[in-house]
Amino acid sequence: MSALLEITNVTKTFPGVVANENISVSVAAGEIVALLGENGAGKSTLVKSVFGMVRPDSGEIRIKGELIAPGDTGGAIARGVGMVHQHFQLVPVMTVTENIILGDEPKRGIFINMKAARAEVIALSEKYGLEVDPDAFVEDLPVGTQQRIEILKALRKDVDLLILDEPTAVLTPQETDELLQVMKNLATSGVGVLFITHKLREVMAVADRVVVLRNGRVAGSTSPRETDEEGLAQLMVGRNVVLQVEKGEAKPEASTLEIKALSVNDDRKHLAVDGLNLEVRAGEIVGVAGVEGNGQRELVEAICGMRPRLSGEVLVSGEATPDMHPHKVHSMGVSHIPEDREKHGLVSSYSIEDNLVLNQFDRDPFAKGWIRNVAALEENATRLVEEFDIRTPSIKTTAGALSGGNKQKVVVARELSQDTRVVIAAQPTRGVDVGSIEFIHNQLIAARDAGAAVLLVSAELDEILSLADRVAVMSGGKIVAILDAKDAERGLVGRLMAGLSA
Amino acid sequence: MKKLLSFKWLLTLLLVVITGYFYSKDGVITSSVVSTALIFGLPLALAAMVGIMCERTGIVNIGIEGTLLFSAFVGFFTASATDSDFYGVVAAVIAGTASGVLLAFMSISWKMDQIIAGTIINILATGLTSFLYKQGHTAPTTSEIDIPWLSKIPFFGQVLFMHGPIVYIGLVLIFVLYVALFHTSWGLRSRAVGEHPGSADTAGVSVFKLRYLNVSIAGAVGGLAGAYLSLELVGSWDRGFTAGKGFTALALMIFGRWNPMGALAAAMFFGLTQAVTNQLMFSQIVKIPDQFVNMLPYILTIVVLAISAGKVRPPAAEGQQYEKEQA
Repeated sequence: MSALLEITNVTKTFPGVVANENISVSVAAGEIVALLGENGAGKSTLVKSVFGMVRPDSGEIRIKGELIAPGDTGGAIARGVGMVHQHFQLVPVMTVTENIILGDEPKRGIFINMKAARAEVIALSEKYGLEVDPDAFVEDLPVGTQQRIEILKALRKDVDLLILDEPTAVLTPQETDELLQVMKNLATSGVGVLFITHKLREVMAVADRVVVLRNGRVAGSTSPRETDEEGLAQLMVGRNVVLQVEKGEAKPEASTLEIKALSVNDDRKHLAVDGLNLEVRAGEIVGVAGVEGNGQRELVEAICGMRPRLSGEVLVSGEATPDMHPHKVHSMGVSHIPEDREKHGLVSSYSIEDNLVLNQFDRDPFAKGWIRNVAALEENATRLVEEFDIRTPSIKTTAGALSGGNKQKVVVARELSQDTRVVIAAQPTRGVDVGSIEFIHNQLIAARDAGAAVLLVSAELDEILSLADRVAVMSGGKIVAILDAKDAERGLVGRLMAGLSA
Repeated sequence: MKKLLSFKWLLTLLLVVITGYFYSKDGVITSSVVSTALIFGLPLALAAMVGIMCERTGIVNIGIEGTLLFSAFVGFFTASATDSDFYGVVAAVIAGTASGVLLAFMSISWKMDQIIAGTIINILATGLTSFLYKQGHTAPTTSEIDIPWLSKIPFFGQVLFMHGPIVYIGLVLIFVLYVALFHTSWGLRSRAVGEHPGSADTAGVSVFKLRYLNVSIAGAVGGLAGAYLSLELVGSWDRGFTAGKGFTALALMIFGRWNPMGALAAAMFFGLTQAVTNQLMFSQIVKIPDQFVNMLPYILTIVVLAISAGKVRPPAAEGQQYEKEQA
């Protein structure tokens, strides 16, 4: 089979991150290739390079043997590439028809022939069995329908290669099955399909070949015939050397953080956390393992008062924490190392000194009534920079000027320097260099030994396995299993993460 | 939406009835007042088109005032030097285009904050023209063209068909822009770029090129408006004589909901208010100090903005840089 798409040695770096490193992937006509990997593994960047939305630093992309110029979206479309984007590329205030014809409008003279356009949309919708109302405005439609529009848009020009970037992320199971069927039909008719997902079930259901990416590199290539979901999970999560963390025996005491029957919606108003129960005792680290997007983020945000709870409660030392009130939750002794430090952890334009007191600037000793106590601020900052090894020219430097690892240390220093009963650490070492990772790990253990209840959420299974005293596996918004660290064997956790029974 | 719509038609009906009533009382004065309304309203309407073309593709243009002032200046002194109104108009359009390209360069290529970029154009235009200005020049102005047959129609003849050339060109341009914006590929793509640039980009439309093109053409339209001010309406140029018309135009653009017809109607209403006031002053029916009369456009602008505040929905991507590559 001649290759329809050939990606050869593509490398792409963004400031501070290598998104793709020497990646080679090919897709033949009539073949469905799944691109599997954790978030941040570089899947989207790779397919965006094919579609000209990203310019690779080096490497070649050929379609039907023809070289595609970097950043040439029009050229990719002209050569028969269609793409369904992860973030919908639809104009909300325009109609379905207008959105589908955008870029190649049927004309009558110099005007758009709306009648012909509408007829074309109806014909297209019938051809692929994807029902849409051509005259509806996109903003009035539910996400499932918007997804159908995206797909129709991509299929409109008789594509030879269809790229789908996490097409099922927003779909219901039925819609997903429909989409998988459409993909199979397309492949049967000779279209090459390259699709991104981190759902193993979908890969097993439709893919002819699977390419697994990890940390911007190809971690392996296999096919559903040669492996099973467990094998895929292991490839995806990786067999990196477990970073050895020196830690003593946990001496857990009374239960400090109690989560009872908590339910939370995600941004799209779908249930993300489903009646979840979990206890974390003082003096232990509970690691939440799970494939990303199974409700971990929503769980953390709901605990910290950043996302409304639908039902259930969160108790700290037996006391109920308020819903949607981060400041009060914090003052009850809950520290939070947020997943997105740029958005929720720091104010980049403020100095390190100010960032170190973001959640207590109004309290003694940092403020006396209305007046800030500059001496106390400086003393605090100088001490923490020293103690947490924050590499900075001065405490007056803005946080935005620091490297990722040092930014994270500022967040960790602020959260762990206070008298805390509960520490919620979400992806505490994401995008952080190895040295800082070790340091942060040790700080979390120190917090545990000082008697805090630590809840660690991480996409890195290694991190969980090396730090946690107990491992809670999360899948589909629920804790499906709680294992003691000594029983948490990688394969077992991987199977549980994939939603399989142990 | 419905409520405003009926309000719009009610207002139109009311204006037609009032105009009809006055026309039956005194045809000459009424025709002349309505004709003057068009003359006063046109530069505002054209300037609003500049804003619409830019903002529909997502570029905020607060430099319209500067474009008007600068192109009016270039037009006037070119006409003066060449003794040709035609060359004057051409030069003004070129000057306007240049200011558009400058805005595009600053806000698209340099990714400058668009408000700052527009402010730079305003300051540059004010400073440059004041510095270069020499008193005592005169220039030939465009002369009125009466359209044969049509200008003989009572009332409408005088109102619509006895004007200088730029009035006709301007009106046609506004209608063309309206049709183009809503019925051609260019319009669909422009609006998509202004609402959600990613949608156009992923459909193979270059956001960069389209924004450059539209902002530059908008500059040319602004140049025409400038030429109209110095070579057709006033017949001279003076420091700061555009008196905030570029900013008023932005208010009209918002009031007209980024729709050329809406902005045209709003501009005409503005023109009418001024024409009526002038007539009242002239015929000494009411005696108000000049200063208060001169305040009228600015007060109306505030009222217009207050009325439309919160009810309109600007293009979603307005004022935002489009970054093609995102991690």
